[in-house]
Amino acid sequence: MLTRTLPQFGSRRSIRIFERNLMVYRSQWLMLISGFFEPLFYLLSIGIGLNHLVGSVPVGGRLVSYATFVAPGMLATSAMNGATIDTIFNTFFRLKISHSYDAVLSTPLDVTDVALGEVWWALARASLYAASFIVCMVLLGDAGSAWVVLCWPAAILTSFAFSAIGLAVCTYIRSWQDFDLVTIVQLPLFLFSATFFPISLYPRWLGAVVAVSPLYQSAALMRGLSLGVFQWVMIGRAAYLAVLALVGLRLASNRFRRILTP
Amino acid sequence: MTAEPILQASDLVKRFGESTAVDGVSFSINSGESFGFLGPNGAGKTSTMRMISAVSQPTAGSLSVFGLDPRTHGPAIRGRIGVVPQEDTLELELSVRLNLEMFGRYFDIPRAVLRERTADLLAFTQLSERANDRVEDLSGGMKRRLTIARALINQPEILILDEPTTGLDPQARHLLWDRLYRLKREGVTLIITTHYMDEAEQLCDRLVVMDHGSIVASGTPRELITHHSTREVVELRFNTDSHDGYHDRLAPFAQRLEILPDRVLLYVDEGDETLRLIHQEDIAPMSALVRRSSLEDVFLRLTGRTLVD
Repeated sequence: MLTRTLPQFGSRRSIRIFERNLMVYRSQWLMLISGFFEPLFYLLSIGIGLNHLVGSVPVGGRLVSYATFVAPGMLATSAMNGATIDTIFNTFFRLKISHSYDAVLSTPLDVTDVALGEVWWALARASLYAASFIVCMVLLGDAGSAWVVLCWPAAILTSFAFSAIGLAVCTYIRSWQDFDLVTIVQLPLFLFSATFFPISLYPRWLGAVVAVSPLYQSAALMRGLSLGVFQWVMIGRAAYLAVLALVGLRLASNRFRRILTP
Repeated sequence: MTAEPILQASDLVKRFGESTAVDGVSFSINSGESFGFLGPNGAGKTSTMRMISAVSQPTAGSLSVFGLDPRTHGPAIRGRIGVVPQEDTLELELSVRLNLEMFGRYFDIPRAVLRERTADLLAFTQLSERANDRVEDLSGGMKRRLTIARALINQPEILILDEPTTGLDPQARHLLWDRLYRLKREGVTLIITTHYMDEAEQLCDRLVVMDHGSIVASGTPRELITHHSTREVVELRFNTDSHDGYHDRLAPFAQRLEILPDRVLLYVDEGDETLRLIHQEDIAPMSALVRRSSLEDVFLRLTGRTLVD
């Protein structure tokens, strides 16, 4: 339905790219499984470890354990990492090393289908990993409320935004060396997006800067959902991620067109 | 052969920024025909191929494939053609068999049909025994054959081959040529770019010679040789550091004379007779060779001997 109303974002043929990736990963299922361990590692190391040192954190007028506070942030981070690794690294390989997209474009598929198909794939993986993350949160007692289930669509939305941006970024990468630049952006994003601590700890002006970070928006959205604290601003956060996703996808398609079908 | 054009281009132009890769070419290809694009590197062959395979958009001019405009009917056209690109773009992460099956899925071909077709194509390209191997482990010739098998998965009406045999050993080339003949007999229209003259002579019913983005000659291989060269060529080598000095003495014997650093070429109709006359004049070359004129002579005549890239 989305693809019929918005043809500039790709057609139903984009599903073939998803199928292709599934075919590749069938023989590399270990890589697929590894994605399930990542959230567990996050929750166990940061959640349990720091929980004892930090104690409780005040959020939305109530005191919650640090693990409960930090888990949604970790979920947002995990969605970001999964989406960017999928799109930036794997797509770079197909775009500039194996040139497998060149072959795809000699079939009825269009560049928009390729870009959208990669996003479908990232979303499918993200939905699996996010679900397992949320189950871990619940099992470890880190879920703030039953509303935590809404973190699942929020994680998928986060993954949508980051995979679309990742695709666009990927088209600017010239060689493997450039991946260092990706890390240079991604690491501070991870460390300073108020995923480990409340944004209120920053001076007001710095907080305004951090608010631009999509990872912050995602973490704040999920924190609200996990705790069952609903605020109007959360709709704004979701909208921000959705806009980033569509802009990223459009930019990625345009860049793909320039590179692949000059 | 039916004489109905399956592909028509007129005044086709492709520019990349400031540079013009294809500078107003016109040609028409008939259904079932085997059509060649001959030219040195950078002549605009690949850019032309990419336009007719509805991958890249023409900057100007008109193009019709199966009577459709690639600008507006890209997917429909691409669904009916097969493309063998210059570089193998196989899926390194998939096996030989899965490379074919996955490619077929892009054309919405049902899996059951694909399984059967894949087996047939692997047999056709003599790759059946390697079906489950990784693509990386294949030799260059095998990868090329797999790329051709892949281009045939949608049973294309037009098969576009961009320098199909570059980098292959003679055995692999001949096997490939044989497979292309078979396709031609089955009625597939072949469009081939090459800079191998023997390949053009072997495979093409008709061809155009491209240079600097333009078509400089066209016709059957025989016609091109007749129009742009002589029937035979006499190659003479003298025991000297420079063959320049022989120009004036040999010029009267040939319709056209070419002095190369290591030999002199005389373009003539009767090579043996020319050689006899030369010997009569007491001109004694170190070695002499009489051969039939080839497409290569035409090619070098039209596009020059200077290195292009």
